[in-house]
Amino acid sequence: MKKVLIDPITRIEGHLSVELEVEGGKVAAAHVRGDMFRGFEMILRGRNPADAIQITQRICGVCPISHGIVSTRAVDSALGITTNSNGRLLRNLALCANYLQSHILHFYHLAAPDYVDITAVLKYSGNDEKINYVKQWVQSELEAKKGRKDAITAAAPFLPRYEGKEFYIQDLDLNIAAITHYLKALEIRMKTHKMVAMFGGRVPHAISFVPGGLAQVPSTEQVKEYRALISEIEDFVKNAYIPDVLAVANAYSDYFSYGKFTDFLTYGEFDEQDGSFLFPQGIYAGETGESFDASLIAEHVKHSRYKSSTGLHPSKGATDPQPEKEGAYSWMKSPRYGGKPLEVGPLARMVVGYTSGNPVIKNEIDSLLQSTGLGVDALFSSLGRHASRALECKILCTKAYQWLDEIQIGAMARSTYEIPQESEGMGLGEAPRGALGHWIAIKNGTIDNYQCVVPTTWNGAPRDDNGIAGPMEQSLIGTPVADPDNPIEPARIVRSFDPCIACAVHVIGNSK
Amino acid sequence: MKGRRFLKRREFIHLMGGFGAALAFPNVLLQGCKKALYKAGKQTPVIWLQGQSCSGCSVSLLNSIDPDIASVITAHISLNFHQTISFATGDTAINIIRQAVENKRDDYILVVEGSIPSKSDLYCTLGEIDGHHKGIREWVEELGSRARAVVAVGTCATYGGIPAAELRATGGNPTGAQSVAEILPQKTVINVPGCPPHPDWMVGTLVQVVLKRRPRLDEYGRPLLYFKDTVHDNCERLQYYKQEVFAEKWGDEGCLYKLGCLGIDTNCDIPKRKWLGGVNSCTGSGSGCIGCTEPAFPDTGKRGLYEHKKG
Ligand code: SF4
Ligand code: SF4
Repeated sequence: MKKVLIDPITRIEGHLSVELEVEGGKVAAAHVRGDMFRGFEMILRGRNPADAIQITQRICGVCPISHGIVSTRAVDSALGITTNSNGRLLRNLALCANYLQSHILHFYHLAAPDYVDITAVLKYSGNDEKINYVKQWVQSELEAKKGRKDAITAAAPFLPRYEGKEFYIQDLDLNIAAITHYLKALEIRMKTHKMVAMFGGRVPHAISFVPGGLAQVPSTEQVKEYRALISEIEDFVKNAYIPDVLAVANAYSDYFSYGKFTDFLTYGEFDEQDGSFLFPQGIYAGETGESFDASLIAEHVKHSRYKSSTGLHPSKGATDPQPEKEGAYSWMKSPRYGGKPLEVGPLARMVVGYTSGNPVIKNEIDSLLQSTGLGVDALFSSLGRHASRALECKILCTKAYQWLDEIQIGAMARSTYEIPQESEGMGLGEAPRGALGHWIAIKNGTIDNYQCVVPTTWNGAPRDDNGIAGPMEQSLIGTPVADPDNPIEPARIVRSFDPCIACAVHVIGNSK
Repeated sequence: MKGRRFLKRREFIHLMGGFGAALAFPNVLLQGCKKALYKAGKQTPVIWLQGQSCSGCSVSLLNSIDPDIASVITAHISLNFHQTISFATGDTAINIIRQAVENKRDDYILVVEGSIPSKSDLYCTLGEIDGHHKGIREWVEELGSRARAVVAVGTCATYGGIPAAELRATGGNPTGAQSVAEILPQKTVINVPGCPPHPDWMVGTLVQVVLKRRPRLDEYGRPLLYFKDTVHDNCERLQYYKQEVFAEKWGDEGCLYKLGCLGIDTNCDIPKRKWLGGVNSCTGSGSGCIGCTEPAFPDTGKRGLYEHKKG
């Protein structure tokens, strides 16, 4: 038995580490640790309920839009209002753009470096200007830093990295294509953020979200510009993102069987006019689908650094930080649904959509399975997560045009409100990383209690009160580790979940 | 219906005219010193640490338009360590900053994003060294004391931000979150606040520091180049304010003062610089300024962000 520690897991949002026990070259046990805590929910108490929409966005700089929208839903429900048609459309479009930015950032800039060989540029002999620029830059970096005190970081942030035999793609053309797309994706990602800022006022942390909708009134110019940008992004998704995911899948097909987990939850997202969701709500566990019941959520804290009681429903959440707590190893709590750990995220959305027969999702998954020759089972894996993200982007790009068409130019995107003295509310939705819920209680017109249960808490949860490991911990079991000093395989699996730790460890709702 | 315009186009151009040169920065600054910068960039490692942050500052940095982020990383700075971008993981990553400490390097610029907990190091750790969970505070102290320059980006790192917000019921903040300047009292920390900061503010300041220029700072350590005027001074809605046309509800025409806009008390150039190459601004979108570049954020006047200050 050998202990392998990966601390920090980089190229994710926030502070995360993983402790592994490796036996016979494979992972036998895993502990996933969230290493940062801030105390948002304590800070929210006593403030104006409208401020929660701004403050909770600061939980995460990668998916603030999801927090903003889910918080608005929680506040709206406490205020007894709903948004109007423009509000629904602008929220959808801002969120759609942020899904695109998050998924594209994740695949190209966070995950792909585990597969693509950046040093392949040194062997490039073609005449693409950008690639030659990168080649010269890497060469001159290696030259300039030779023998210097900072030599280990020549060509940083691309080097150093885990090194091992055949860790990275061997094919030169494939590497060059991937490096080209890495650069292109930086520009594309920035453009998706233009789309967010158009209706959000700015980004990250959209300023235009208010109770009842958005302060932004949509203009003809905005709709036109959003449309032009989405078509550019759609082009990139179809001609680069999806083929690149398939190329990685082809070169690393083992990862269709690594990182497995099979039970899923999704709250549903992208409100349609008839009250349904573009990505439907539901549970898929133990090979059957179930409908969702919010009262079945509870959070365990036995192995989390809190001294408050365990097993509480989020609306009654009470937490007190205790950094040195005996037996605790993470700042994440363990959310459970009817006592079960569930995976949330793009894969959960695709699996629930597929098994419930949603035609749009079914169509995309079937054609993916057809082109790869795989069975549905293969989806419940690391590569299944990457593929789900790419397919979601495709579905969203197609859908966005319709939302743009429905906008009423020049009309308000909000309904009016009064803040009540006393009330409670719940907001549910789907961040790019999965199921996100906010719960609010208002007393004397200010926030009395606020609780968030975020996607990475579901996925990255430590062991619960019964000692059952969280989804990410379970999915690591059985993963081969060729070289304990360069444990790239488990790092790839953790990253396939796209963990977001700032979100996961914000927790505290001191309702005493 | 027509789209909304707060100023006629000609008025707008007139208003903007005087700012042309300042707005084009950082690229204006880059003209004529590209070679020097390229050389200096290669010689000047940047170590970027994240404390209690949401990574929003880093995400905003990626939105840099002119120069684009790929050029920033390859030509303007040498980004040795950045948790969200570095290809290195685990020990490979930690060794970069560990060696910087052990080799007593003093040639780098330390950038810090996020606040620093002071009540317990366990509130934010980075790496485990010989069984010891190393607190971000230790890293900032060790790397900060020898750094050629220390730049705090974002309101969490500059003034504590939301993690350091006061608990309304009991006072204090849950983790003892502090700003970088509080952790490194002996250093002149250059503060680039904003929640998030505009990419131009971060890139422009870093470029100046790389070139060993000393940005002129205001009393809160902010570069005057970006934080000299108030939001109100350059607001798209200033005409409405002068005509006393006030919005009563979100989305109305008019100045946003009565909805709680903090532009009058806040220094920031967003109304003229705008976000993402001009697509929108805080005041332009009808939302008002929440004062995110100020040390008091988010506790301005002990009121809500969206509640007009009474009396
Ligand atoms: S909206 Fe705010 S910054 Fe603009 S004029 Fe009114 S008070 Fe001043
Ligand atoms: S205008 Fe106000 S809210 Fe917007 S970035 Fe500037 S200080 Fe922050």
